[in-house]
Amino acid sequence: MAANPMSQFDVYRIGPEIKVGAFDISFTNASLFMILSTVSILLIFNLGSKKNSILPNKIQLLAELSYTFVSKMISDTAGSKAKPYFAFIFSLFMFVLFCNMFGMIPYTFTVTSHIIVTFVLAAFIFIGVTVIGFIKHGFGYLKLFVPSGVPAVLLPLIVVIEIISYLSRPISLSVRLFANMMAGHTMMKVFGGFVISLGIVGGWLPLSFSVALTGLEILVAFLQAYVFAILTCIYLNDALNLHH
Amino acid sequence: MIKKIYFQSIFFSLFFIKEAFAAESGGMPQLNPEFWVSQIFWLILTFSIMYVVLSKLILPKISNNLESRKSQILENIEAAEKQREDSDAKLKEYDEIISKSKLEANSIFNQAREKALKDIGAKREILDKQIDNEIAEAEKEIDALKKNAPDKINKIAIETSSELLQKLIGAEVNNSSISAIVDDLYKRNGDKYYGN
Repeated sequence: MAANPMSQFDVYRIGPEIKVGAFDISFTNASLFMILSTVSILLIFNLGSKKNSILPNKIQLLAELSYTFVSKMISDTAGSKAKPYFAFIFSLFMFVLFCNMFGMIPYTFTVTSHIIVTFVLAAFIFIGVTVIGFIKHGFGYLKLFVPSGVPAVLLPLIVVIEIISYLSRPISLSVRLFANMMAGHTMMKVFGGFVISLGIVGGWLPLSFSVALTGLEILVAFLQAYVFAILTCIYLNDALNLHH
Repeated sequence: MIKKIYFQSIFFSLFFIKEAFAAESGGMPQLNPEFWVSQIFWLILTFSIMYVVLSKLILPKISNNLESRKSQILENIEAAEKQREDSDAKLKEYDEIISKSKLEANSIFNQAREKALKDIGAKREILDKQIDNEIAEAEKEIDALKKNAPDKINKIAIETSSELLQKLIGAEVNNSSISAIVDDLYKRNGDKYYGN
């Protein structure tokens, strides 16, 4: 195993190279873990929705608790108008959560630790929210950049700041998830390396750190999925209910 | 002392590790665009398949399950409430019946007592009357006896005195003269002899 803490993020081809035109769409370890995540999500929720007993079993309880958790999150942040987007936000939350959690298993690959993956998700959300905003409010959606109750002198500055903050949404959203995942996994790898190199004498301290970090990273994995989903809800709320 | 050596060894080995990592470090693989297209392709593929399956097949089922459970629980609660109301009503009925029967029992008891008292009163009156009658008859008899008594005594006195006179004198004495003397004595001293 390579000692380089960044080598865990390497993407490598599994099987033959597949090319469509100029694009390389080969099956990689990243694709493998995306498929693993989606398949396990579908499996769990399929099992959890199959039987409808009044007293749910464990897997049904899991599925239903996740359902009510996400639906409550959406109704709390974006209101009842966001109901049609429930399935998307649910899929998003579950996908990010499962990718993060799969990354916590040793020797696995963390899909969400790649900026390109998180950026595609964030960009899709950004474009989608903007389109929804313009469809719902027409050009009135531009009022989002003009907060009410601001002195006229400050207005040009505020509008510029609002536009910049709006445009930086996909970047902040994607970088937040990617950086959290990458930093956490790198740190765990570094401490793991310390354990090996310090051996039986000094390895106990970094090992205890590693144990603590693993717990922290599992928390972060859940938290970042939650943050990703809730920020999507907040952006959606801006588009659906124009408050400014 | 051991502790100090322990931490020192950790501290020093950090340098060596950093050196070791630095030698192999090749920057962030995330910024290598070689597999970007592949990642985007597979992300869109897997995510969209998952989204479609979840939104069309699985999530409606879960929401259906939740709804049906909710409605069933509500129904059960309603049924339980209804039954409770029923039992409350029955309890009230039962209480009413009990209080009614208590009142009835009371009234029956009172009636019986009144009747008994009346009966006793009537019988006592009859008995009182009988007793009064008997007393009155007895008094009448006594009065009659009392009225007749001096006459009889006078007669006896006349007879005995005439007999005594006959034996003493040896001659017939006229009864009417003796009776005149007895009557005279009776009228003067009768009270003394008969206690009237």
